[in-house]
Amino acid sequence: MDLNYSVEEQAFRAEVQEFLAQKLPKEMSEAIRLGRELGKEGHEKWHAILNEQGWLAPNWPKEFGGCEWNAVQRHIFEEECCRAHAPRIVPFGLAMLAPVLQKFGSKAQQDHYLPRILSGEDWWCQGYSEPGAGSDLASLKTRAVRNGDHYVVNGQKTWTTLGQHANWIFCLVRTDPDAKQQSGISFLLIDMDTPGIEVRPIILLDGTHEVNEVWFTDVKVPVENLVGEENKGWTYAKYLLTHERTNIAGVGFSRAGLDAVKRMASTQMHRGKPLSENAHFAARVARAEIDLMAMSTTNLRIISRAASGQAPGVESSMLKVKGTEIRQEINDLARRAAGAYAMPFVSEALEGANEPDMGPEGSAAAAPQYFNNRKLSIFGGSNEVQKNIIAKVKLGGGA
Amino acid sequence: MNFDLTEERQMLQDSLRRFLRDNQDALRASTRLGNAENSKGFDANIWSKLAELGVIGALFSEEDGGFAGAGFDLTTVFEELGRAGAVEPLLDTAILGGGLIAALGNDTQKELVEQVIGGEVHLALAHGEPNSRYDLAQVETTAKVEGDDIILTGRKAVVINAEAADYLIVSARESGATGDEEGISLFLVPRDSAGLILRGYALLAGGRAAEVDLDGLRLSADARLGASGAAYAALKRASNRAEVALAAETLGAMEAATEMTREYLLTRQQFGRPIGSFQALQHRMATLLIELEQARSAVINAAGHLETSADEQALQISAARNLVGRAGRLVAEESIQLHGGIAMTEEYELAHIAKRIVMADHRFGDTDTQLERFIDQSAA
Repeated sequence: MDLNYSVEEQAFRAEVQEFLAQKLPKEMSEAIRLGRELGKEGHEKWHAILNEQGWLAPNWPKEFGGCEWNAVQRHIFEEECCRAHAPRIVPFGLAMLAPVLQKFGSKAQQDHYLPRILSGEDWWCQGYSEPGAGSDLASLKTRAVRNGDHYVVNGQKTWTTLGQHANWIFCLVRTDPDAKQQSGISFLLIDMDTPGIEVRPIILLDGTHEVNEVWFTDVKVPVENLVGEENKGWTYAKYLLTHERTNIAGVGFSRAGLDAVKRMASTQMHRGKPLSENAHFAARVARAEIDLMAMSTTNLRIISRAASGQAPGVESSMLKVKGTEIRQEINDLARRAAGAYAMPFVSEALEGANEPDMGPEGSAAAAPQYFNNRKLSIFGGSNEVQKNIIAKVKLGGGA
Repeated sequence: MNFDLTEERQMLQDSLRRFLRDNQDALRASTRLGNAENSKGFDANIWSKLAELGVIGALFSEEDGGFAGAGFDLTTVFEELGRAGAVEPLLDTAILGGGLIAALGNDTQKELVEQVIGGEVHLALAHGEPNSRYDLAQVETTAKVEGDDIILTGRKAVVINAEAADYLIVSARESGATGDEEGISLFLVPRDSAGLILRGYALLAGGRAAEVDLDGLRLSADARLGASGAAYAALKRASNRAEVALAAETLGAMEAATEMTREYLLTRQQFGRPIGSFQALQHRMATLLIELEQARSAVINAAGHLETSADEQALQISAARNLVGRAGRLVAEESIQLHGGIAMTEEYELAHIAKRIVMADHRFGDTDTQLERFIDQSAA
């Protein structure tokens, strides 16, 4: 047992801190700190800054232009990025599609798509969920029928995050309707400019346009856009889900969120004292912090095992459940701290960093974020699905 | 013991429920986020019909020109508003605004109550301030007498219904220190007064509010409601009634949320069967139903004690709002979770209902503040 980072790891952390201090634009970190939207341009700008540094793809092997950092280094990098209020990296191309292409894609696909992900030329989105296939993803119905040198795709995807910015989508499609659910699915890469694709916005309960429906009507997709083998898509999708989940616990987000709560509470007077000194509020904050401290170590335990080459099992499900519960609790604390100023919905105050909050700093985004982050326990395999996985492994049988 | 509604209240509930159901589309249109065309924050047409139905009159006693006005009349009306997710400012115009004028006003001022009941006049209570949080006595805004005039200076925070209000009821301190119950006065201020500056905005859970700046606002002395510096008791009374109403509204919203969730569990298919057939979800639904009945009883307790001693009232109200706050959060969060992504979308009714439930906790004192009040009250 040694809870300390090695000398090399500490040096790496210092290097990351130095980079962030130099290269992370102030207006960007300020917007993130206040819980504001960044917009497409902001994301692209940060993407370019990281690419120039060569730190855009922490998880990629060096042969593809990645950092090939181990799990501990990636954790340090993510932790420092959160601490510095750096924007999150849009994960669909970099962290989700790329590992699949690197493992299962053809040489031609790797040569073509991977550099374009790094350069930012392509913005990828994910076509997994459908209106009838949520937790039960394998029941998906979007159909791809082989016709000579192309597939014809028909169906509908939903919850497509930032699909409005994307020019490519990777999709799970059904190629064999007669096979047992999981075995008739293929993994297709589709150019969003192809005729027959329509993107419709879904406005979320906090007023944001973050997700979309993507409709496919007789969309022609060249067969060379199939990844791996036909009807093996489920295997690739599972690979995608079990890898690149070091940040699933969201420890960095929780830390930053907890700091913001404490800051806001210290400025809010409650019964003649700062709210931060109020016993009930302080107890809530303390409970969240105690949970976070422990989970942070659970996270590191799993990460250091992953760094030595062991694939995570049910632990990533455990991290997802606990991590999202803690993040949601911190969001709840933030809205409480904001008091009456949690009520306003000032859309101008939710974008960029120019418009000040009506109430205390961070109050404008507090309630919208509380509601928006209810998604954390729903997406990426709902927390109920995660518990099923844990129960199935530990209890066996028909969970 | 009899927990049934009286015949009159049953009729009120039936007719209001029917009216709100029949006007669901118009109600929803005015509650959606970013509905910028709706400058009032609610549907004026629906407001007049509510007045015609006698819904506003039901919130006032006969003495004040209404025909009911007891605790259970308030809860009957507000439970229905909550079920429908209505954002119509009955709390602001009638319970708070109308209630304060009825309590403190002179005969001329009280004519406004009649107009409120008739649906012709809107009111807003400009009381909370950027530093007051949920403390009713924390008033920094000042009122200075200058000859026959009174000059108001200060800022009021998140004043709900301010832009639609014909008059704002503004609290200001004439004597004493910030935090003293003594020394607070209320003033009836026409919205178009010089020196009254509104910065309006939408609210996340529907409706509108404004930041109100009082920049040396000059009033004649007859704008004061009641005696100088003696408004606290009436403010406390009005906020007690508002808290009971708000708890009932939240209860109604919780009913709507649990009904929608139950329906969804029975119809949504995953893994080849309705998701309500999974025991893990059945137990969670059962928990919500248990908490819902707890909330109902807490609201009944509070409403039934609205005419008792001040101490007993305070105890029951803080108990109800603490319980409803806790149970409400659970119902809102679990209803969304049991639905999944669909309940995260603005156009799905549950999203709005969940926001009504959670954001109610930000008025007059949140769950923790109510707990503190309860502890203080129990110790007293």
